[in-house]
Amino acid sequence: MQEINEKYEPLIVAFCCNWCSYAGADLAGSSRLSYPANVKIIRVPCSCRVNPMFILKAFQRGADGVILCGCHPGDCHYTTGNYYARRRMTMLFDMLDYLGIERERTRVEWVSAAEGNRFAAVMNDFAAKINELGENKRLEDLRCKN
Amino acid sequence: MQELENLMIKKAVELLDGGVVDRVIGWKKGEFYYDNTPATFYKKEELNDFVYNGFCGANLSKYLVAESKKGGKVLVFLKPCDTYSFNQLLTEKRIDRDKVYTVGIECRGHLNIESIRARGIEGVVGLEEKGDEVTVKTLYGDAKLKRGEVMLEKCLSCKTKKFAHNACDETIVLHEMPEEDPNKRFSMVIELEKMTPDERFAFWKSQLSKCIRCNACRNVCPACTCFKCVFDNPDSGIAAKANDDRFEEKLFHIIRSFHVAGRCTDCGECSRVCPQNIPLHLLNRKYIKDINELYGEYQAGAEAGSRAPLVDFREEDINPGENLKEGK
Amino acid sequence: MFKVKLTQLNALLDALAASYPVFAPIVEAGEANYGEYKAGAEVNLFKQTVKSAKDAFFPQSQDLMKFRTEGKKIDIIDLRRDIAPFVIFGVRACDVKSFEILDRVFLSEPVDTFYKARREKGVIVSLACAKPEESCFCTNFGIDATAPKGDVTTYTEGEYLYWIPNTDKGEQLTEAAANVLESADKADEKAVEEQKKRVGEVLRRLPNGDLDLSEFKPEKLNELFNDPDWDELSQSCLGCGSCTFVCPTCQCYDIRDFKTNDGVKRFRCWDSCMYTDFTKMAAVNSRNFQLQRFRQRFMHKLVYYPSNNDGICMCVGCGRCVKKCPISMNIVKVIKKVGGKKHD
Repeated sequence: MQEINEKYEPLIVAFCCNWCSYAGADLAGSSRLSYPANVKIIRVPCSCRVNPMFILKAFQRGADGVILCGCHPGDCHYTTGNYYARRRMTMLFDMLDYLGIERERTRVEWVSAAEGNRFAAVMNDFAAKINELGENKRLEDLRCKN
Repeated sequence: MQELENLMIKKAVELLDGGVVDRVIGWKKGEFYYDNTPATFYKKEELNDFVYNGFCGANLSKYLVAESKKGGKVLVFLKPCDTYSFNQLLTEKRIDRDKVYTVGIECRGHLNIESIRARGIEGVVGLEEKGDEVTVKTLYGDAKLKRGEVMLEKCLSCKTKKFAHNACDETIVLHEMPEEDPNKRFSMVIELEKMTPDERFAFWKSQLSKCIRCNACRNVCPACTCFKCVFDNPDSGIAAKANDDRFEEKLFHIIRSFHVAGRCTDCGECSRVCPQNIPLHLLNRKYIKDINELYGEYQAGAEAGSRAPLVDFREEDINPGENLKEGK
Repeated sequence: MFKVKLTQLNALLDALAASYPVFAPIVEAGEANYGEYKAGAEVNLFKQTVKSAKDAFFPQSQDLMKFRTEGKKIDIIDLRRDIAPFVIFGVRACDVKSFEILDRVFLSEPVDTFYKARREKGVIVSLACAKPEESCFCTNFGIDATAPKGDVTTYTEGEYLYWIPNTDKGEQLTEAAANVLESADKADEKAVEEQKKRVGEVLRRLPNGDLDLSEFKPEKLNELFNDPDWDELSQSCLGCGSCTFVCPTCQCYDIRDFKTNDGVKRFRCWDSCMYTDFTKMAAVNSRNFQLQRFRQRFMHKLVYYPSNNDGICMCVGCGRCVKKCPISMNIVKVIKKVGGKKHD
């Protein structure tokens, strides 16, 4: 039998708010900064748009890590959206931790439109962390695996 | 208990006769003493079947959502813990306060037939409550139990029996009601938090794998009053009825408890009704504990009109996951 | 007749599991449910399982087929697999009877091949009731809880499990467990007979053992349907599916598609007539109110099914719904209320 020597490639989903973080990702791109290609960006109008279900469904569909990026607190395009997102995600992360699911798989970072560097750095760091954790086993849906 | 029941019936008759209300929500006698059903009574004569004994754990406040859409006024008997749900429903404008007449009633904690069965006492055909003692009559002889041994989880860790403000038009309380240690409520949550992630995962895996997706926890929940639940929407892509994958159960229970986070009054109905006895209150209480610790003490339903923590914020709130960093 | 010490129960199951997959009442987090037996599992024969044994033949969720599209081409992939003979262990008389009721639905034309495949390969090891509960009312449906059918009938009495093969399949199973089973003698047979007598006496004084079902006749369908008491009975129904999901005879299912990362999987799963989204085939659920949905469940069990099936009720009196309904409304209360008066 042929030895399987596939390098594990984590799949990362990044929810980015339209006004800051998505522009930050854009800047990272136009500045030719590199971040892992397996980060899939999903643009949302505001970090507050992200419902816990989005995050769980990303895991269901095979994500190994999910990161939510929004404007820095105080800078939300809609004034307060990210404050609400902050409380919600705090609750969700606590719950995932409580159920014994690795808490490092989910993260929230505030990235402004001017922080292309920071965007790339955050993604590199997150991807490295997920690489370390390996495949998502605790929140996987077996029906999506084959 | 009998005295209390008589007073409640008297009150109901009085209000029906006086035309203050045209129907009464209470509990109806079952066949075995323990199987009382929530019911609406329209006529005085029907009140012969009215019952209030140790097996009236069901929270009647959710029925008011449907009742207040009808005409007329309804009398409802609320146990102390039910008043919180009632207030919360008022806050969310699900109940029309003018259409409800509320009477707060004494509660000494309610009993759980499942706990009696779990003690190996089977074939229960009748019970007798006397003070702190419960005599169980079965097909195989009698057994005596201490009340505290067979109470519902929600009563063993009762948050308080102090009535929520403004919830009741009047009260029927004959004796001082026993209070439980308020810290008891979170003891199991704390115990779980102390475990390693692997142990927690194993605990929840074995508990949630029992879930049969019957939706009883959702349907009984006074905080779950959406017209259309996300789990009933075929377009949401969540096969709510399938239980063929462990993911689905986790998703369902995380989202179910999340949707009521900050609004859950900890009435404990979800755990009471679960046919598989999954300790669902532990999920809700985790959110309550977190909210208390991170955003200040908050009891949903303590007063009508309060702002729930998850639709509120402070500029100085911590960032997600920060509280988890320095190894708890 | 054979016997094995109850302390050797796991050894017996290990012996069976060497030749067959075995489904037995396994305790997980405090509750007993049928599940595949693995060495060392905690098996409890004395506790009624929460879900019934129908799971063995009609699983709560079952994959039917898979579709994969490539351009304009659609591949349909058959997900049926050959099923090896399997054992379902510790089935009470009520659940054994429920299989007959399910058979009438799934094995009549058009035959449900998914059900048939599993049904044919199942070897049933039944277990006589040693301690009926107050919620039991199987006696109303001609069931003798002390003498369940099945390929093998077992009894638990004293420190032994007694084992009586009834069919060829049962004999084969006995051979598979020959190393663990010992022959029983006259005294053992007497012990079983005594248990039957003792339990039979309890069955006779079950509080709901003698319900009057005479009113539920097909010719009274309209009168029963229009009975005003349905309103009161269904009033506090939460519309959850607990009763249907623990029921051994409820057999409604839904077929849904699930989009996987590799094609679409079509599966079926149990459904409940208590749900608002039940039979939402073309447009909406034709039963708009909980009253209608509630009535449907009991009319189906007590009137519609019997009128199509030689008068046999779609209930076996296992009492699971009696124990599990969150608001303690159940078929017994319905039979007493609706069936307790004349419909002319």
